[in-house]
Amino acid sequence: MEILTLLLDGFATAFAPINLVLVIAGVSIGLFIGAMPGLGSVNGVAILLPMTFLVPPTSAIIFLAAIYYGAMYGGAISSIMLGIPGASTAVATTFDGRPLALGGKADKALIAAAVASFFGGTISIVLFTAFAPPLADIALDFGDPEIFALMLLAFATFVGLGGEDIPKTIFSICIGLVFSAVGLDIMSGEPRLIFFDIVGFMHGINFLVLAIGIYGIGEMLWTIEVNRGQTTMSKAVISVDRIARNLKDLLGAWKTGVMGSVLGFFVGILPAAGATPGSLMAYGVAKLTSREPEQFGHGHIAGVVAPEAANNAASTGSMLPMLTIGIPGSPTTAILLGGMVIWGLVPGPMLFVEETEFVWGLIASLYAANLFAVLINILCIPVFLWMLRMPFTILAPLIFVLSLVGGFAPTQDMHDVWLMLIFGIGGYLLRKLDYPVAPAVLAIVLGPIAEPALRQSLLISNGDMTVFLTRPIAGPITAIALVLLFLPLARLIVNRLKRSG
Amino acid sequence: MRRAELVTALLMAALSIYLMWKSAELPIGWIPDEGPGGGAFSFWLAAAMLGSCLWIVVNWVRRTSPQSQSTRRFMEPGVLKMFLLVGGGVTAMVGLVHFVGMYGAIFVFLIYYIRYLGGHSWRTTVSVAAGTPVVAFFFFDVALRIVLPKGYLEPWFLPLYDIFL
Amino acid sequence: MRHLEKPLLSLAGAVVLAASLTVAAPDGARAEWEPKKPVEFVIMAGKGGGADKMARLMQTVIEKHNWSSKPLTPINKPGGSGAEALVHLKSKGQSDPDHTIMVTLNSFYTTPMRQKKLEVDIATFTPIARMAEDTFLLWVHKDSGIGSLDDFVKAAKAAGNGWVMAGTGKLQEDQLLTDFLNASYGLDMKYVPYKGGGKVAKQLAGQHANSTVNNPSEQEGFFAAGKTVPLAAFTPDRLELFPDTPTFREAGADMVYFMQRSVVGAPGMSDEASAYYRDLFKKVYDSEEWQAYRKKKSLRGAFLSGKELMDYWMAEREIHRQMLEKMGAL
Repeated sequence: MEILTLLLDGFATAFAPINLVLVIAGVSIGLFIGAMPGLGSVNGVAILLPMTFLVPPTSAIIFLAAIYYGAMYGGAISSIMLGIPGASTAVATTFDGRPLALGGKADKALIAAAVASFFGGTISIVLFTAFAPPLADIALDFGDPEIFALMLLAFATFVGLGGEDIPKTIFSICIGLVFSAVGLDIMSGEPRLIFFDIVGFMHGINFLVLAIGIYGIGEMLWTIEVNRGQTTMSKAVISVDRIARNLKDLLGAWKTGVMGSVLGFFVGILPAAGATPGSLMAYGVAKLTSREPEQFGHGHIAGVVAPEAANNAASTGSMLPMLTIGIPGSPTTAILLGGMVIWGLVPGPMLFVEETEFVWGLIASLYAANLFAVLINILCIPVFLWMLRMPFTILAPLIFVLSLVGGFAPTQDMHDVWLMLIFGIGGYLLRKLDYPVAPAVLAIVLGPIAEPALRQSLLISNGDMTVFLTRPIAGPITAIALVLLFLPLARLIVNRLKRSG
Repeated sequence: MRRAELVTALLMAALSIYLMWKSAELPIGWIPDEGPGGGAFSFWLAAAMLGSCLWIVVNWVRRTSPQSQSTRRFMEPGVLKMFLLVGGGVTAMVGLVHFVGMYGAIFVFLIYYIRYLGGHSWRTTVSVAAGTPVVAFFFFDVALRIVLPKGYLEPWFLPLYDIFL
Repeated sequence: MRHLEKPLLSLAGAVVLAASLTVAAPDGARAEWEPKKPVEFVIMAGKGGGADKMARLMQTVIEKHNWSSKPLTPINKPGGSGAEALVHLKSKGQSDPDHTIMVTLNSFYTTPMRQKKLEVDIATFTPIARMAEDTFLLWVHKDSGIGSLDDFVKAAKAAGNGWVMAGTGKLQEDQLLTDFLNASYGLDMKYVPYKGGGKVAKQLAGQHANSTVNNPSEQEGFFAAGKTVPLAAFTPDRLELFPDTPTFREAGADMVYFMQRSVVGAPGMSDEASAYYRDLFKKVYDSEEWQAYRKKKSLRGAFLSGKELMDYWMAEREIHRQMLEKMGAL
């Protein structure tokens, strides 16, 4: 029960007045930053890191962790309200959150996202509290073959995501993966796919550039075409009564929530994986196990619950390897790690022994941040809904402006803004011909993790492909991934045979 | 629609070939004891893109995909006009950033869209068009320290920097 | 608004004129230059890495003490092993040389050599300050049973090509050192590149790699936890933090190698501006925070600026040219 005593001490730290104020401020700032298309938790934490020198390290990390949490909640808001994922972690939330909002059920989607996030956050913090020290070593066992196997699994769970048209889906996945290879080939140290020798391609094609182009500019052009710029967006009302009814509907999705939370947490603690694959996998699994998989993508509530529970759980999970072995599980925790070093804390297994106040204060503040995030989020829902009541001819240009600024902010390079515009217009034209765009966005997120892991594995194994099947952790993951990849194909063939026979 | 389907598939096939050619700047084969070369990943994926494009063309010839059967036009004249007005406006906004900076471009674009495309009153137009850059300035330049480009308007911002930064 | 623009433009003209007149002015007049807008603080590496952490620490120290009237705004430009950052700095040299500075490392020498197309000549850049030199050590996992450099050579020789040396990037510092070890001890270690020092450290801690040549700051977490052990240092004398770890020089192999942590200005920066930044970073260097950080991370290298720094760069560039030539990378 030593853990409980430590945790209680932690709560005493977290609820010290200054820390409580910082938690509330951090969550609010995080919500806002997360809701901005193009700015995610990583930007928020990176940008505000230097401002934390005013307070002691424990308060500083509590503040940053609150921003991280708030941004995770906020990402869902722009996914649902604008159809633009606020960060890569919220990509999966757009798939069902957007159709719900367009169908006049924005409040339902927002509440589902908030409650699922809270649920995922809570489960993961409990898991974190219980298992932090023993779990730390698992992360170390993940070498390159394991990471590649995991990426394969993430893709496999997403095979069903594309549209009806098989060649167009394959095209979309492949073009996303090719774009993800632009930049520097780290294995040979050579620049790669630098189109027309333009320097801007050297930093690669940022996922956000493609995502904002497609989901910001492309989506708006599409909406304008559908509505002919005349009608306003679907209206949503909110009342205590509706909230109560929405919460009741949510009860049916509790299993999805548990699945998403646990999956998200465990994917989150794996280095290099982080919240994005976690939320995508949770969405895929929710769809696979659902009784009504055909409803996914058309506004199924479980399609919002699964990724939102998972990405919050993963954000807690990714702090685990950061604190215990000093390996960040996500880009955001990489920045937090940088911060800890500046404040004079050495992350690693010794941290749990030497800096108990810091560690348990942080863990306790995660509980607090989670609680305040859900409260502030629900309180702000009317504000977000107000956005929908704006005439479309004002909302649309504002979204174009947001996309412009959001495309610029991460790299501060106009090259990326032009690229975003090209992707937006190209994506819109392709979408008119039923090319699915979501697989390309997923591919560009996962590609940069998968390709180096594949090649590093093969370099170490002297080019022996069996390395993915023979290792104790990688083997089973690869096997499951291959089964999932070929299952739909097998089903298709069986169906064809049945029909012809 | 039918013609657009074929033209797009052929254009995308051309893009795939360009990507394959560009990938081939690095080794695309299997390097013994090392695995695939630096260009292999993108080369073979671009090859798969080319394959999908050919598959789309086959579907077009056999008229099995919905687009290859459709007799509707790819873009109705009204849609085309809207697309050119909006898409052109956004493109112009991005272009303007290089001259009058982010804030100037946003201001001009919002006036164009809200007043001329949206037909709102001047009062609404000006309050949104002027309000947005001000909010954005405080959010990005002041709070987040992300300095947005100012173009030739930079001298106007120097006194603002003195006050707020 | 046009009437506003004109006086401002003529004011700008006056400033330029005044600036050109005060080039030869004494120090007192020089100190009056101050940045007129936020200073772009380019980081030649990605977020979360060693260079990034240091840059953000410098920014933090400057903000804390309010030493600069306008903020430094950090921007990461890791593209093409720093190629993008170099090109950016070069182009800023033409448009606005006085408000762009960059934190740089050893790719400052190697990237322009390897990518001639960039047409970047670092001799044209404005030297501001060398803040530190980072050190390198040879590390193995505790469970490998290797306790000394001799054990290491024996084990690596026996493993031949199966010995995995993980390092950051291709044809950069870590590989230069690996090549040196291979050549001096007759080894055939396999070099596997990763994206950053943190990932490399983790490969070793998880025993996916057999050894690394990381900086102390990259490996210290695992060192403190007793998971990894340093065998020898690429420094002229022993490091304070690792008093029991011999240097390669002691072991008879003359290899000394540092990673510079310097600040460089855009080419063509005015003398007033470069004097301003020099003073600014001298203050950072002397600050308690920076000195504490240097001690903790085993950093070496005294403060250098101006011509001294340029001479140092030219000497280092020549050393790197020779190393790359030996590797056949040019």
